[in-house]
Amino acid sequence: MSTSPVELDEPEVDEISKLATPWVTIVWNDPVNLMSYVTFVFQTYFGYAKKKAEKLMMEVHQDGRSVVSTGTREAMERDVQAMHEYGLWATMQKADTP
Amino acid sequence: MSGFKRHRRSGASVATFTVFEADLLRSLAGQLIELLRNESATASVQRDPLEELLDFTGPTTEPEDPVLARLFPTAYPDDEEAAGDFRRFTESTLRDGKADAAASIIDALEEAGLPSEPEDGIFIDVELDAPAAMTWMRSFTDMRLAIATRLGVEEGDEDYWHSLPDDDPRAQVHDIYDWLGYLQETLIQSVR
Repeated sequence: MSTSPVELDEPEVDEISKLATPWVTIVWNDPVNLMSYVTFVFQTYFGYAKKKAEKLMMEVHQDGRSVVSTGTREAMERDVQAMHEYGLWATMQKADTP
Repeated sequence: MSGFKRHRRSGASVATFTVFEADLLRSLAGQLIELLRNESATASVQRDPLEELLDFTGPTTEPEDPVLARLFPTAYPDDEEAAGDFRRFTESTLRDGKADAAASIIDALEEAGLPSEPEDGIFIDVELDAPAAMTWMRSFTDMRLAIATRLGVEEGDEDYWHSLPDDDPRAQVHDIYDWLGYLQETLIQSVR
């Protein structure tokens, strides 16, 4: 048996509230992807209704970016990876950062 | 050039390509595979040799090739360490997935009768079920992203590309880019 190689600190309150902060997946506009394709991906992957998918697509197109999903860090990493699979330009960040 | 249509009875997405169109698609898919496997998916910066030896999972820094950098964007723009971890755990999988998608296009075209040396007068009929249609859409996207990055395509620059003389190779490549966009659009409509 070996001893634990690192000393574990008790988590502090700050750390706990940090964990509770939701994360967001952001899709950015690019000059290549078709509007119909971006809408189709939002419907197919997220299961969004066509109306919601179109609204998010228009935000990407007109505002340059849109928050397409919110959740835990792990869930957002899965979403970002999926968006990259579909060829969309996606990033993630904490929900409260501008 | 006719693009994809929905087959009424089976619901499949069907298209008929001339042998030259099919050969062009095969060549684009082949180039994409080569690109994905070319610049190896490993970190390019000098690192601690021990760290390098222990890192058998994947790259941590953005690819140098701008096409690959676009295909595998940085997930955490403001957190280099998290971005590196994300890349390490995802980029190899993403590369394999994109290469597999392109390879499945080549396989489908060859199964549909595309010969290794295209000869005039042959037509290639492809029929895609829903999952295959999605795979083709993803790969058309990768091809278009690759071409657009190489050409420097920007939002709303169609007039510029159409103003180029026909014999300008960039105009010809842009025509291929437009054609892929047309195939993509008709493929999406065919599954809706």
